[in-house]
This record gives sequence, C-alpha cells and structure tokens, in this order.
Amino acid sequence: MSMLNITIDGQAIEMPAGSTILEAAKKVGIDIPTLCHLDMEKQFNQQAAACRICVVEVENRRNLAPACATPLMNGMVIKTDTPRVIEARKTVLHLMLSDHPLDCLTCEKAGACKLQDLCYQYGIEESMYPGMQNDFPLDESNQFYTRNLNKCVACRRCVQVCTNFQHTKAIGFGNRGFTTHPVAPFDKGMDASDCASCGNCVSVCPVGALLPKSKEKYRSWEINKTRTTCSYCGVGCQMNLVTKGNKVVGVEPVDGASNDGLLCVKGKFGFNFVDHPDRLTSPLIRKNGELVKATWDEALDLVAAKAKSIRAEHGSEALAGLSSARVTNEENYLFQKMVRAGFGTNSVDHCARL
Amino acid sequence: MTNSINELIDSNVIFISGSNTTENHPVIGAKIRQAKKNGAKIIVVDPRKIDIADDADVFLQVNPGTNIALSNAIMNYIISERLEDAEYVKERTENYDELVSVVGDFTPEKAAEICGVSAEDIKKAARMYAEGEKGSIVYCMGVTQHSSGTEGVMSMANLAMLCGNIGIESGGVNPLRGQNNVQGACDMGALPGTYPAYQKVVDANVKAKFEEAWGVELSDKVGLTLTEIVHKAGHGDIKFLYIMGENPMVSDPDLTHVEEALKNTEFLVVQDIFLTETAQLADVVLPAASFAEKDGTFSNTERRVQRVRKAINPIGDCKPDWQILSGVLKRLGIGKDYASPEDVFAEIREVTPSYAGISYDRLNELGSLQWPCPTEDHAGTKFLHVGKFARGLGLFKPAAFKPSAEVPCDEYPVILTTGRVLYHYHTRTMTGKVDGLNAMSPESFVEINPEAARKLSIVEGDKVKISTRRGSVMATAKVTPKLKENVVFMPFHFADGAANALTNPVLDPIAKIPEYKSCAAKLEKVAWDWSEETDGIR
Repeated sequence: MSMLNITIDGQAIEMPAGSTILEAAKKVGIDIPTLCHLDMEKQFNQQAAACRICVVEVENRRNLAPACATPLMNGMVIKTDTPRVIEARKTVLHLMLSDHPLDCLTCEKAGACKLQDLCYQYGIEESMYPGMQNDFPLDESNQFYTRNLNKCVACRRCVQVCTNFQHTKAIGFGNRGFTTHPVAPFDKGMDASDCASCGNCVSVCPVGALLPKSKEKYRSWEINKTRTTCSYCGVGCQMNLVTKGNKVVGVEPVDGASNDGLLCVKGKFGFNFVDHPDRLTSPLIRKNGELVKATWDEALDLVAAKAKSIRAEHGSEALAGLSSARVTNEENYLFQKMVRAGFGTNSVDHCARL
Repeated sequence: MTNSINELIDSNVIFISGSNTTENHPVIGAKIRQAKKNGAKIIVVDPRKIDIADDADVFLQVNPGTNIALSNAIMNYIISERLEDAEYVKERTENYDELVSVVGDFTPEKAAEICGVSAEDIKKAARMYAEGEKGSIVYCMGVTQHSSGTEGVMSMANLAMLCGNIGIESGGVNPLRGQNNVQGACDMGALPGTYPAYQKVVDANVKAKFEEAWGVELSDKVGLTLTEIVHKAGHGDIKFLYIMGENPMVSDPDLTHVEEALKNTEFLVVQDIFLTETAQLADVVLPAASFAEKDGTFSNTERRVQRVRKAINPIGDCKPDWQILSGVLKRLGIGKDYASPEDVFAEIREVTPSYAGISYDRLNELGSLQWPCPTEDHAGTKFLHVGKFARGLGLFKPAAFKPSAEVPCDEYPVILTTGRVLYHYHTRTMTGKVDGLNAMSPESFVEINPEAARKLSIVEGDKVKISTRRGSVMATAKVTPKLKENVVFMPFHFADGAANALTNPVLDPIAKIPEYKSCAAKLEKVAWDWSEETDGIR
C-alpha cells in the first residue's frame, strides 16, 4: 500500500493512500467534530458529507474541505482549528438551529444530543437566523419508535444505515432545500414502508428526531450502560443494556465482532420481558395439586432428596435432564455435570434440534 | 460455522439453503445483502419465497424435504461439466468415487421433477456455485429438520468439498444456530453422547479424565436424546426430569404426547424465568435470573465466546441458574462452592481443550475469542480445516434421496412446513411479553397460496382448521404468493394454534431431530359459527 506524507496542524505524518483527513486527525489525536459521519465499518460507508460540521482548511484549496469525505493527497497541509474553520462550523450550527425546536428542557435526547453538545462546544445559545421552521406531523405509526422530523438535522445517517448497512431500504431522502427530510415511500408514515423495525436508524440518530417508544422516562445522566451479548438468536450481537436503577430501560448496539454496530428488532426493542410482572420471583412446590411458594432451601432440599431416592429405587437411568441453549456456558457446564456426576446418567440434552 | 460471519461479505457466491436469514438471523441477513452489494452472487433454496429470495440471482423454490435430491443434482451437473475442484478433491478428500456413483444418475432433469423446480435453474445454480472462487454455504433448520436431516447436512459438506470451499477464507459450510447459546450448550457437553468439547462418553480415557476431575464414578453408556427422554417419560421409564430454560410444551413435536409424558413423570423440576406451559406441570419450579441479571459467557454461531454481564440485580427472590445448580450439586455431594461464573469457567478450561486458552481477562480485553483456542497465547480460530481436515482427509459421505416420512395423500393433500417469524423468538416466553412485538405478530397463522385458498373458498383473515394425523388446530389464514399451491406454512411460536400439535415426531435416525419441516396436512375453512367445533381440538 502506498503511503502519503501530509501535515496536519503542523505535525508531519504518513498515512496510507485512500485515507481521509478525519482518519489522519484521529491517528494523531486531533479532535474534529462530526455529526453525520457514521463510524461503523469501513465498507459500504459512502460518506454523506451532509452536515459540514467537520470542515477544515487545506492549503491551496479554495473552499473548506469536509474532513470525513476528503481523501488525503501527497503533500497536503491541513489546518483544523483556524478562525475561518471555527466561523464556518458556527454558521453550520446556526443554520441547523434555525430549524430546530429549542425544547432541550424536555427533550428525551438531552445530554446525549450531538447538536446540543456542539452548540455547547461552540457557545451558541440561539440561532442568528430566526424565521420559518418546518412543521412536520409527528409519526408514531411504528410500534417501536417515534419520528419527529421537526428535530431532524438532515444528516442522512438514518438513510445511510438503512440503505448501506441494514439494506432494507425503507427510507430515502425527499425534497430539496429547506424542506429536505427523510421519507418513507410517498412520504407516508413508517408503517406504510418496508421498515423491519430493526431500530438501527434510531440508534444512529444524533438528535431527538428518532426516539424509541420507551416505557420509562429517563435522562441520559441517570443511566448506566453494561456491555453484554444479546440473548436472542445465535449471531451474538454486542449491546449495551441501558439501566436506570434496577431496571433495563433501553438497548444500544455496540460495534462487536459479529454485528458491527447493528441490531434487529428483538435485540433493540425486545427487552421488556426482563421486569415483566409475570416473572417468577420465588420457588414453588406443588402441594395438593397447587404450586405454592417455598423457600430456596425447601425447594433445593426436595429436588436433591427426590433425585437421590428415585436413583436409589429405580437406578440412574430413570433420571434425565434437559439443559438450555438460552443460558450461559457456565450454567450448561454445571447442568451436565449435575446430570452426569450427580444423577449418574448421560441422559442430558437440550433443544439444539428444535 | 466453519467460517466467520464477516467473511460472508467477501464471498463470491453464497448458497443459502433452508434459512430464512433476514427474519431469523437478521444481522447475518444484512451482511449477506452487504455481500451482494459487494458483488457476491446469491443462490436461495427454500419452499417459500422468503425475503432474501428477492436478492437471489437464482431462487429454487423446492418442495419441502427434497434438499438432498437438489444437492445431488447440483453435484451431478458439476461433475458432468467438470466444474469441480479436481486438485482439491484429489489432495484433500477421500471416497470421491462413491460420490460419483451415488449422484451419477441424479440428473438435473430428474431432480427438477422431485423438487418442483426447473432443470435449467438447477444447472444455473450449480455453475454459479462451482465457478465462484470463494463459495459459502449457509444453511439452517430447513436442511436439518427432516428424517434425513443428517444426510442433508452431509450433502452440503459434499458440495462444499467438491468445489474446494472448505478451509478457505469466505468459504465453508455455515449452519446458522438458532439460539444465543446453542453452540455453547453443545460445546459444554449438554448432549447425551459427549462431555465438554465433544469428548465421547464411550471413550474410557475420557471417562477416566472426568472421573478424576469430578471425583465420582461416571456412566460409559450414551444417554437419551431429548425426543427419546420425552418418549420414555411417556412410558413411565423416566421418573425424575429436570428441565432448565426450555419449553417442550410448545417447542417439541406432537404436543399432546409431550403433555402426557410430562404428566406421567413422577417428579418434574422446571427452572425458568416465567411460569411457562411446561413449568405449569412441574412439581418444583425454580425461578431463574434473566441474562440481564447475571455474569457468564455465550458462544455464538461462529464459535465466538463473548461475555454476558450483569446489568441489574435479580428480580424478586430469583437466582442465576449457576447459583441454583451449584446449590443442587452441593446437596448431591458433588462439586465445590463456586464463587462466581468465572470460577466455573476456570474449571471448564481445565477439561475443555478447545476453551483452554480463553479466560475472562482475555475476553474483557479482546471482546471475544473464537474456539479452538488451546493456549493463552493463541489468537483463536477464524475458520476451520485449513490445510487439512480435523480427521485428516475430507470424507465424502454421499446420500441417496429419500422422501419425507409423510408425503401428501388423498386425505392429507398438502405439505405443512413450519418456522419462525421476525417478531417472535421460539416459544414466545420472552417476546410474548413485549407489547410492540405482539402487536406486529399477535397470533398463530397459516400461509396459503392464493390459488389453493380460492379452491377452498378461503380468504385472508378466515379461521382455518389445519389437521394432520396428530391432531387439528385453528389459525388465521394469510393468503400469499410466497408459497406454491401444495405447501402451507405455520410459525411454531404460538401455544394457541400450535404448529407442533401437528408436526410429525418421526426422527432422523442419527441426529434424532424431528421432521418439523414436512408433514402431510389438510386445510378446511371453518364455518362462521365454529364455537362448538373447537371443543375437541387444541
């Protein structure tokens, strides 16, 4: 691979041909703000370069260059922090804010909103371009998320992820100019589209335009995130369980080895079973035909006593166990150990075939 | 999977058989579509025109239970056109002559008749797969859940070896595993014939090793499979049955028989997070913690071991399964006090060679490791069988085509096949508790071809009675051109309108897998006043 020599903020570095200015900045620890850029995977990520927040100055180039989508050239001299760059970024933010409700006090996205963060970073309180604002109807037709296009900053992340990663192609971009916005076919509600409700658009939306229909209200600073593995199919997607107190309130994808930042409808939205009121909360023992509450000691003593007495009376082959493809490796190991070493039989199986 | 999920993106051709990928493994479905965008050719074999069939360069809408006939014809054509990888066959495989003789008379024309597809399409698929430099086979339960399921899998392997596609990056034979940790459950020895890492229970050395590790005498007799356990329980031969995190009352074939069997078991223990249909029959119910409430590891379909981490405390008085099992083991006088899942994992590593190099520290640092990973300095294994097969030479195990155990007849004129939908998971123990998912898929249904529906005067939304030799159920008709006229489809998720009250419990003699994907059925439109008629049926 051929290498290019470039200079970025005075540092001379070597980068492989085909890299972008943004990648060069990352390599040397220079922070260039981004908004529309999707840092998911190298392939299929056709840069939208829609938001222009990442613009930088390139020597001998007339206009400012979007760092995310500008390939490096040999001898390039890049400046990421000049007054002209800062001014341009501020103008972009003023323009975005001119068509964005300032309802941060009640917006669910507050604290996790890229627009809010950038306005904070650049000290912008309100837009210097007041005037007309779009007034799209709220779309609640999808079962799992709401779409409030009045908060949309037209970054195209949702369309990118739907078209180039998920490949459902449920949405595109409609209109041009002031009213440009993501559209389902014929600009109808999402329920009229091919949407598979994978929620990947919701996960990548940088603002409050796409939000999960959450049962729980929470602020982004009240939550904890725990990285884990999805418990549905065998793909093994990596995700963060978002928790508030002792409650799972959301799921966000993690860029894991098998899922590269994607999830499906079950992984993203199918977590409310965890604290469903029907969860079993105490051991039960059948007495006079009814299942009644018992203590752990009563229940486990009974299980062990029965296992021993039935083994003594009928032999090991009268005992068997069905383990589970749903529980952990550690638990499967202990289960087969229990059946083999504890019951004395190899009659242990699980639903691998079903 | 012999290979890894992300290798699909660089495959030249992907042969998908019996896998409704975009609904059942949605993220892999997305990767296959990324591969298509990257230039891969896609071949889809399925009785239904599933979503991914829209992306196919060749779509073979086969009759259920005819995969082997199709594979044989594909191999027949590849051999007769000399498209095979002759050097690979010579260097790396054995028993090629038998393959040639078994598939020798299985021409595409002959298979076309059996499978219900055109001979031209079979040839086109054969050429496409053989000519792709890196060809990946992706299959799922549509290949395995037949009375000849094992042979179906072998034909997939035969085809891959014939074209030199095993042991190369972006190739391989790739079963997609349906459950988060079905791979791990097998790896850990939750199988009647093998200890952890597939070490055989009949091997005296292996037995001695585990007897020493666990400090007890062990049986050298291969145990019973799930379906055999249920069968024996029906006869009263199983007196004590411990079921953890499974719901055979919905997931097993011939449910009426399952219910009798479980009721006939003297002592039934069920450990689960909900009072499932199965738990309702138990003598003791042990409340378990969900995945969000515990630590541990899952192994995914590509042999990738990844961490599960506790995000919240267990709900109510429930406990993680490992703690419950640890309690039982202790009372049975086996095992030590396990302080944590990591403690258990340390024991697993000692007796499981393929996991020996994996530790929680490494997983936390690297994110994941793919077994085989024999030592701590091993980086894990991205794809298998490089240079040589685990057994040395790759053995061709050709299979002759056998029809399904039940084929349509005058009384049961159509073929019933079953599967899952995007919005539900297995027996709905989890997804049935999520409002949005229930709203998207509220009830059991039966998919019927429009012409078949017209002949029975069935329209979309009608209540339909589906019957097989096992019984009858009601479901709502979905009229769709996804199916051919001789096939109907039902999801198996629902306890009400349960497809598995209908399915044929006949087993593959080797793997003991039931024939869920094909049985003979009949449909009847139910008159509007059907309240009385429902009494006698599930």
